[in-house]
Amino acid sequence: MSLGHFAYSTAHLIGATVLMMGFGLLYQRRMTAVINTYSFQAMALAAAAAWQAYVQNAPHLYATAAIALVFKGMLVPFALNWLVKQLGIHRTVETALGIGPTMIVGVGLVALSIVLVLPVTESATAMTRENLALAMSVVLLGLLMMITRRNAVTQVVGFMALENGLILAAVGAKGMPLVVEISIAFSVLVAMTLFGIFFFRIRERFDTLDLAYLETFRGERQ
Amino acid sequence: MVQLPPDLLNPLMWILALPLSGAAFLAVVPRWRQAAWLNVLISLGTFLASLALFSHRPEPGNLLFIDDFNIYLVVLTAFVGFTTAMFSAAYINRESKSKRLSPKHLRFYHAMYQAFLFTMLLALTANNIGVMWVAVEAATLTTVLMVSLYRTREAIEAAWKYFILCSVGIGLALFGTILVYLAAQPVMGDGAPAMAWTLMIKRASLFQPELMSLAFAFLLVGYGTKVGLAPLHAWLPDAHAEGPTPISAVLSGLLLNVALYAILRFKMLMAVNPQALQPGPLMIGMGCSSIFIAAFMLYRRGDIKRLFAYSSVEHMGIMTFAFGMGGPLANFAGLLHMTMHSLVKSAIFFAVGLITQATGTKRIADIRGLTASQPLLGWCFVVGVLAIAGLPPMGIFMSEFLVVSSTFERNPLLAVPVMLGLLVTFGALILRMTGMAFGEPSPLPGLDIGKRPSAFTYSVGMLPMGAHLLLALAAGIYLPEPLVVWFQSVAKMLG
Repeated sequence: MSLGHFAYSTAHLIGATVLMMGFGLLYQRRMTAVINTYSFQAMALAAAAAWQAYVQNAPHLYATAAIALVFKGMLVPFALNWLVKQLGIHRTVETALGIGPTMIVGVGLVALSIVLVLPVTESATAMTRENLALAMSVVLLGLLMMITRRNAVTQVVGFMALENGLILAAVGAKGMPLVVEISIAFSVLVAMTLFGIFFFRIRERFDTLDLAYLETFRGERQ
Repeated sequence: MVQLPPDLLNPLMWILALPLSGAAFLAVVPRWRQAAWLNVLISLGTFLASLALFSHRPEPGNLLFIDDFNIYLVVLTAFVGFTTAMFSAAYINRESKSKRLSPKHLRFYHAMYQAFLFTMLLALTANNIGVMWVAVEAATLTTVLMVSLYRTREAIEAAWKYFILCSVGIGLALFGTILVYLAAQPVMGDGAPAMAWTLMIKRASLFQPELMSLAFAFLLVGYGTKVGLAPLHAWLPDAHAEGPTPISAVLSGLLLNVALYAILRFKMLMAVNPQALQPGPLMIGMGCSSIFIAAFMLYRRGDIKRLFAYSSVEHMGIMTFAFGMGGPLANFAGLLHMTMHSLVKSAIFFAVGLITQATGTKRIADIRGLTASQPLLGWCFVVGVLAIAGLPPMGIFMSEFLVVSSTFERNPLLAVPVMLGLLVTFGALILRMTGMAFGEPSPLPGLDIGKRPSAFTYSVGMLPMGAHLLLALAAGIYLPEPLVVWFQSVAKMLG
């Protein structure tokens, strides 16, 4: 019992850390800080995956943890920082909705996911339930970030935060197969985007990554 | 006698191995002319292998399976994949002569085309909800790369929008998939069985209903983004308009079907679980909103590819509506509509590709008098638009008639918005079509390709369109008995 309780508390603590980092992403005003917070979130995710691998005795989850730590926690932030520097992107985050209101909506979303998830998972173990509620909150916060930030790089960070929530849900689902494959598939997706933003497309075509600026073309010029 | 390993005799292996190895091979073929023909050959091989499924249906495995439902979508996907490869050979010929695409881009394009077919076929045949998700995700990735092929500002914006919206969509679909696993796991036990369609469907009535309901909401929004259901359709017109036309044809004709297939599979799990949420009303609501929004959007379109992209939103709405109504007749109509829309919409995009190449513009206002300047192409276009607008005797008339009449029978009030949407769409399409097809021909500056295409290239470009329209016509006049029986059995499976 004591180990079970300890396992549950630790998983809860790490999951909550991932969620706090999700909030952290919403109130950063500087691009570098956003990227660093994302890096911390990915590292917390790696810890969550490794802890689940140990508790569930599922060695393949260590691979997910390693991907989160090395690829998302180190390589992606490094690439993003480099991208911001190379493309001369604004160092301040451009918001479509102010920081304060965003935080309030974020708290509302966390409440929503707890209200939605806890009643429907009564038969599941407490560990799965709370993990799922935390993961859904992280997903919704990532979505919120994508909606309220106008710059392409911050949108991609929002998408990656959303993805962190998905992986958190997947590692918490006991015995779920294909988690490693899914995290690899997501990593490929992310890598392709960063690659795409930099090498081919946006650098040679646009002066800024602000999406409001891209929206000049509506395709309906008569 | 040499004993062949059993895997070599399994058509399913060939269906997946051919496009996958084809993608790898085409990535290194240096000449685009050879690559275009190899692309046709590989797609033909895949199509023939898919036909072999009728005589040798493999036993369901851990990862792949074939049943009555997906066999017909696999064959349809392989067929349209093959005809589009043919059209693409003619299309690419002109694009590259006009220097719009460099050989490097073309090599990439052909490899991605096969990779795209592979991901769609994998999504259709996967016996595991996780594998299916990975396949749909990979299909998104390959199409994003192809939409951005022209590297113009508009193409990049379209690809970016497509990428962001559909990534979020498939992200939510993954969350739904995890929830389904959690609902299934107490019944099925840990691991792969709790993600396999063939095993889940037998015991789905025991799955925890509340969790399944929550999961279905995520899955409908997630995969629904990929289907292009309004109000989640924002990516669709841009992606269709800015990519190469053969890609618009397979996007509309095939990829949207694959996403709808995913929703229907999950709906089958919901249907056997009476305590769970009824998926019908949600799907009917999204179907109606798609029909309406698309119908009114059609009037203001100035770009020919966007016009037909919105028409795809409308038709996906009709299918979702039909499957949402459920029951043998509405499901039958939905399945028939899926098939007919694939054939007719890809035929229209073939015609649109040839028209934009001949006139050098995508603006509807600049295209006039096609039946006079390009009689064969112009009249095929007219037939295609009449078919997609739902005029008899084409197949789409029959499926739409079945959707509306089965709705009238069960819930007459619901039939009113559908009828209204269909009429508004009809008006918009006919209005635009008459402007483009009749009247004083506009001058045809066309793409600068040096000389006129040879008779061979011309017929390769026209043949797929003719074949699709003939099939749609034949289905409208007479559906063969075995096909009807088979649609009926699948309609029963869908519940």
